[in-house]
Amino acid sequence: MSQVNRLSGGRVDRGTTLSFAFDGKLYQGHPGDTLASALLANGVRLMGRSFKYHRPRGPLSAGSEEPNALVELRSGARREPNTRATVAEVFEGLVATSQNRWPSLAVDALSVNDRLSSFLTAGFYYKTFMWPKAFWEKLYEPAIRRAAGLGRLSGEADPDVYDKGFLHCDLLVIGAGPAGLAAALTAGRAGARVIVADEDFLPGGRLNAETITLDDAPARDWVAATVSELASLPNVRLMTRTTVYGAFDHGIFGALERVSDHLAVPKPGTPRQILWRLYAKRSLLCAGATERPIAFENNDRPGIMLAGALRAYANRWAVAAARDVAVFTNNDDGHRTARDLAAAGVHVTAVIDSRTDAPEIAGLPLFRGAVVTGTSGRLGLKSITVRNADGRTQEIACGALGVSGGWNPNLQLTCHHRGRPRWDETIAAFVPDGAPPGLRVAGAAAGIFSTHGALTGGAEGARAALADLGIPATLPDLPRAEDAPFRIAPLWQVKGKGRAWLDQQNDVTVKDVTLAHQENFRSVEHLKRYTTLGMATDQGKTANVPAIAVMAELTGKPIEQVGTTIYRPPYTPVAIGALAGRSRGADFRPRRLTPSHHWAQEQGAVFVEVGNWMRAQWFPRPGESHWRQSVDREVLATRQAVGICDVTTLGKIDVQGTDAAAFLDRLYCNGMAKLAIGRVRYGLMLREDGMVKDDGTVARLTENHFVVTTTTANAIAVFRHMEFCRQCLWPALDVQLISTTDAWAQFSVAGPKSRELLQRVIDPACDISNEAFPYMACGAVTVCGGLRARLFRISFSGELAYEIAVPARYGDGLIRALMAAGQDLGVTPYGTETLGVLRIEKGHPAGNELNGQTTAANLGLGKMVSATKDAIGITLSRREGMNRPDDLRLVGLKPLSPADTIVNGAHLMTGGSPVDAAHDQGWVTSSCHSPHVGGSIGLGFLKRGDRRTGEIIHVVNPLAGTDIRAQVVSPCFIDPEGVRLRG
Amino acid sequence: MRYSGFRIIREALTGHKGWGPAWRDPAPRPAYDYVIVGGGGHGLATAYYLAKTYAKARIAVLEKGWIGSGNAGRNTTIIRSNYLLDGNEPFYELSMQLWEGLEQEVNYNAMVSQRGILNLCHSDGQRDAYRRRGNAMRLNGVDAELLDRDQVRAMAPFLNFDDARFPIKGGLLQRRAGTARHDAVVWGYARGADRLGVDIIQNCEVTGMRIEGGRIHGLDTTRGFIGAGKVGVAVAGNSSRVMALAGMRLPIESHVLQAFVSEGLKPLIPGVITFGAGHFYVSQSDKGGLVFGGDIDGYNSYAQRGNLPVVEDVCEGGMALMPMIGRARLLRMWGGIMDMSMDGSPIIDRTDIDGLYFNGGWCYGGFKATTGSGLCFAHLLATDSPHPTAAAMRFDRFQKGLMIDEKGVGNQPNLH
Amino acid sequence: MLIPHPLLGLRDAQEFTYLGDAALIDRPDGLAADAAGRFFDYGYLRDNPAGEHRELWFHEQGDRSWLVVTRNITTHEIVRVELARDVALARGRGR
Repeated sequence: MSQVNRLSGGRVDRGTTLSFAFDGKLYQGHPGDTLASALLANGVRLMGRSFKYHRPRGPLSAGSEEPNALVELRSGARREPNTRATVAEVFEGLVATSQNRWPSLAVDALSVNDRLSSFLTAGFYYKTFMWPKAFWEKLYEPAIRRAAGLGRLSGEADPDVYDKGFLHCDLLVIGAGPAGLAAALTAGRAGARVIVADEDFLPGGRLNAETITLDDAPARDWVAATVSELASLPNVRLMTRTTVYGAFDHGIFGALERVSDHLAVPKPGTPRQILWRLYAKRSLLCAGATERPIAFENNDRPGIMLAGALRAYANRWAVAAARDVAVFTNNDDGHRTARDLAAAGVHVTAVIDSRTDAPEIAGLPLFRGAVVTGTSGRLGLKSITVRNADGRTQEIACGALGVSGGWNPNLQLTCHHRGRPRWDETIAAFVPDGAPPGLRVAGAAAGIFSTHGALTGGAEGARAALADLGIPATLPDLPRAEDAPFRIAPLWQVKGKGRAWLDQQNDVTVKDVTLAHQENFRSVEHLKRYTTLGMATDQGKTANVPAIAVMAELTGKPIEQVGTTIYRPPYTPVAIGALAGRSRGADFRPRRLTPSHHWAQEQGAVFVEVGNWMRAQWFPRPGESHWRQSVDREVLATRQAVGICDVTTLGKIDVQGTDAAAFLDRLYCNGMAKLAIGRVRYGLMLREDGMVKDDGTVARLTENHFVVTTTTANAIAVFRHMEFCRQCLWPALDVQLISTTDAWAQFSVAGPKSRELLQRVIDPACDISNEAFPYMACGAVTVCGGLRARLFRISFSGELAYEIAVPARYGDGLIRALMAAGQDLGVTPYGTETLGVLRIEKGHPAGNELNGQTTAANLGLGKMVSATKDAIGITLSRREGMNRPDDLRLVGLKPLSPADTIVNGAHLMTGGSPVDAAHDQGWVTSSCHSPHVGGSIGLGFLKRGDRRTGEIIHVVNPLAGTDIRAQVVSPCFIDPEGVRLRG
Repeated sequence: MRYSGFRIIREALTGHKGWGPAWRDPAPRPAYDYVIVGGGGHGLATAYYLAKTYAKARIAVLEKGWIGSGNAGRNTTIIRSNYLLDGNEPFYELSMQLWEGLEQEVNYNAMVSQRGILNLCHSDGQRDAYRRRGNAMRLNGVDAELLDRDQVRAMAPFLNFDDARFPIKGGLLQRRAGTARHDAVVWGYARGADRLGVDIIQNCEVTGMRIEGGRIHGLDTTRGFIGAGKVGVAVAGNSSRVMALAGMRLPIESHVLQAFVSEGLKPLIPGVITFGAGHFYVSQSDKGGLVFGGDIDGYNSYAQRGNLPVVEDVCEGGMALMPMIGRARLLRMWGGIMDMSMDGSPIIDRTDIDGLYFNGGWCYGGFKATTGSGLCFAHLLATDSPHPTAAAMRFDRFQKGLMIDEKGVGNQPNLH
Repeated sequence: MLIPHPLLGLRDAQEFTYLGDAALIDRPDGLAADAAGRFFDYGYLRDNPAGEHRELWFHEQGDRSWLVVTRNITTHEIVRVELARDVALARGRGR
């Protein structure tokens, strides 16, 4: 028979029956059920195993504080380990599997740990497993790792989509219980922009779990009316299934909306979850309170749960955890559980109240001054042992026990800025003591436990928050509600010989806390770290305060002096997929495409990631099976005829103003002030610490107009640096900057036939003959019949070469025009590999040399650093440590044997010296097969390299076990006199 | 009392009544020969090695909160010696070797676990840099292997090889690297130092330094004046605050670094893996949580907490690299105060004040250095000369232009 | 964090790039006789106070203003925000 423990009433939709499976067995539930409520309805109390001792466990709670009832929800790639059955909504076809047990939940081999518990006390592993030394990685640790952990991830990529969103509001109300709804109503009617977020799928908070009345009607009527009015207000957004998980700086909150977790799979086009960033001018925490248990021997059996949870299961979900139940309490709220259960038709066998002055409960057996000292029932509670006030003990049969040790305000968010709460004796709980700026607290979260107090606190909190913002608000007519005082006589533990659990998931018992105390782990943080208290998936929501109280008893200090651990985000765990959103896989970062990208794709180019850019790496042609074939061809074609490469990715910064020349003169370590109009100069930029920051070209288009280029990698950083210099260092200079990297498509046209090719594209009116437009000339031209363009005669390859720029939208057209015009010249597109070979052959430094650890002198450019002017970096570049006699210098390297290959990252050693760090002479920065040289060549930094030309050195690569000999040569392998580029 | 499996059995059978305090809580004495300021891993290790190796002397460690409450208790527990530069690598290898013998040395299981660190590369340039670094490690006698894509795939098949924005091209592997249980390192050194007679004084904040005639004589603290022959400061993120008591300005800024742990999961990830195309690194603790982190938030902070942009950035890196972790949940996040130095490397040096020594500037890499830092600082305190492996970690390197800049980003701390 | 931009109002700190201590505005004269020592101090030494800190933020994904933000770096409270250019001019920087 199904749903043996289902009662009448409740907030589940009995009109619909849902089937679901737990550990392979089929059950039935209803919409509105959680997995835990549905399993309890079906008479299932055993839902999990604890972390360390593998103790059989059922749900402790009916909410997100659940330590025990954790399951693997769903199957395949959607498997979600460690999912709380107490908040997972039942849907048709739900599949859940118990975890951290083998071979089955009822028969778990590792429950042997429970029998060995006296050996496995807190921190036992710190004291052993040390001998023999090698056994840790080989034996002990693998065994521990296999045994540890909770659920299993699928190992497959998460198939669902996660979105991110941003919302702004005047008032964020966190929690939609009585306080939150009253607050939202107050602020909503005042016209403020309001967001109300609640982790539950049903607004109403604790009102859903109670039988109390508002204005003599069921509380649900007021909730329904209020929710309906809020829904009608366009300025209010009520978000259910939305957990505000963290309070960050300046009123920014993180929230997670579980859009589709109550469905088998997300509907097409909808995400599984949305990560919201909420920007709130003011916020009101109405997150309620969480009940805490009392520690007594074997207080962790399936069927023992928080009294308020037992009541919630009966009232909201119409479920009796068992037919015979008992209640153990130290406060009046436990009595409410007993009354409600009895009213729901459940047999209440005993109400055990540790207070000798506990109030009477009509018609129910009350044991005043009594405590529960033990329990029985391995896989589910069978009976409890009660010690009466007179010391006599008796056994009472029951299948469920509701325990109430009092309630803890859910004040976590008030402490997310590292604030500490205050101990309130009257409710025996921590209450907020300050909060992040703009955050107020109302209702049970503030330690106000009556319904009346929650309603008025919420409304007044909202009014006060809006008053800060200058928005007038009036308090709504709130319904009449109970306003009973909360009476409690603290009881944290029932002392006994056996184990009494504090942190149920991590199996931390009173004995562990006692041992921690004995071993001087007395600070709360030491206690936590030594025993693992509160470090489980529930973050100790039910465990921490009782454990702190036990430590307080041991040290003889008041609880507030023992203190609390720090509450950190997230309030409840958040899926990593949600925090990542759509920035994953191929969409991890945006792709920047060059203007010739689509054209290059048509040519079959192979692309490579260069930062966020995608650049053509080489252009394979039919018949070429190895990249080297393509690259060698591209190199030779460029050196013999003409090649074209998209160099748009180089940073381009437009510099204008009457002080532009003076400004650039201070930015580059070499002189820029006297650069002639229509000329380009190589510029070396230092960081203020004297190291090379970047290099590029500076072109003077007119008296007051320059265009400078940067390396692709540093385009953004150099522009930022230039703006810093402009705004912060020399704010009165007349100079303006703008980055035009994406505005201009730029192509390198290189090779002996480059001029001839360009002359076919550049309008005839523009004379680009060698005389009119010599090496290092620049200027405005027009192409293709009037399109404005810029031409720079600069060469990275050592060939006669130009860079031509057109507005970005014409980049595609220009590459097609150039390719068409140069067919007969043998025009060849080339990619970044060929670009690299050409510059290595020419000995030009690039990223591998400009790695931020290099001085101008290292590059052989020491003379470029002006000795007479002040520019960024010059002063600190003169420090002695950067100018030592044995400093590194850029050299060329050629293997002695043509069969050998020089690889980047190999180190350089003097022949005959030991091969070790003490004798390290430098390393290879760049290398390639040079079609021009006809073999492997390299560039590298070598100590005193400028004085070692001709020396034979060893190029060692211990990682690969190679050691070859190479000759130190000039870094310029081609045309050292520069004839070609001036041709 | 010596810890051992035998001892555990004996105690288990007799109700665990025999365990004494792991360390005492002595009242401060009026004066000590050596006072170490900072009861983190570095400070406690310093006291331990000072007491054991260098000086049979009266030694105290002063801690403003509880020991291990700073970065020692809030890091991602990685140990490694895969550095590039001569000024660093021998020191980190010394540290690594000390890790390898730590547990037997202090009789405390710090769970030093050499499951390897794999630094992934995603471009030719990155691979070149790793080859240079790996070779530098090998030339220093340290283990290193350069893996190609297939080797990485064989080792970590769960990484994103099929749908990556920045494809994995290979990786630099140090097999001897791994993790250690951070708190246990603190407690192990504390217990070891305590057994050698060191006074560990908690809840004792230094409020002033008594300096006369260019020499330090002692410290004003919240528990009164404590005289000192020599004072060693090892306070990480609070370096600037403490050294300001001596009138010093440091080449250090304090920044926040966040770190994260997921819910416990059955074993997924063998060692430590770092993503080379984003800010993400991860390992899995013995308890089952994925321990991961990324970049510092990037602004000066003493708040020990960070903000969402970096949280999201780190998780984006995680999902880019390991799309299987999407349904794992982030359980806790925390922030530490990083003593970010001007070249990304630490300082272990004397100061211009006689008797005052400084140890700091560890950036976000101090945990792995705990062992070596303790040994080298103890050596410096006792002998007044730098330990050979830490000789480059000097204050004056910035004046002289002898920076130890592994990343090559210069004098901007938040870029290191 | 949210930074109240003096021209644009509240902006998410994510739009900005951080540099560091606003003392970086006070760049010494590289041609002065004591330039080496002053540049060492300028380039390397920081007050790094656990309280109010004047620091430079660049509105990189915004209007490209450099701002001087006065922020308590223990609480992250922002006390004042100015255009760095105005601060620089007020501190005597010019051409």
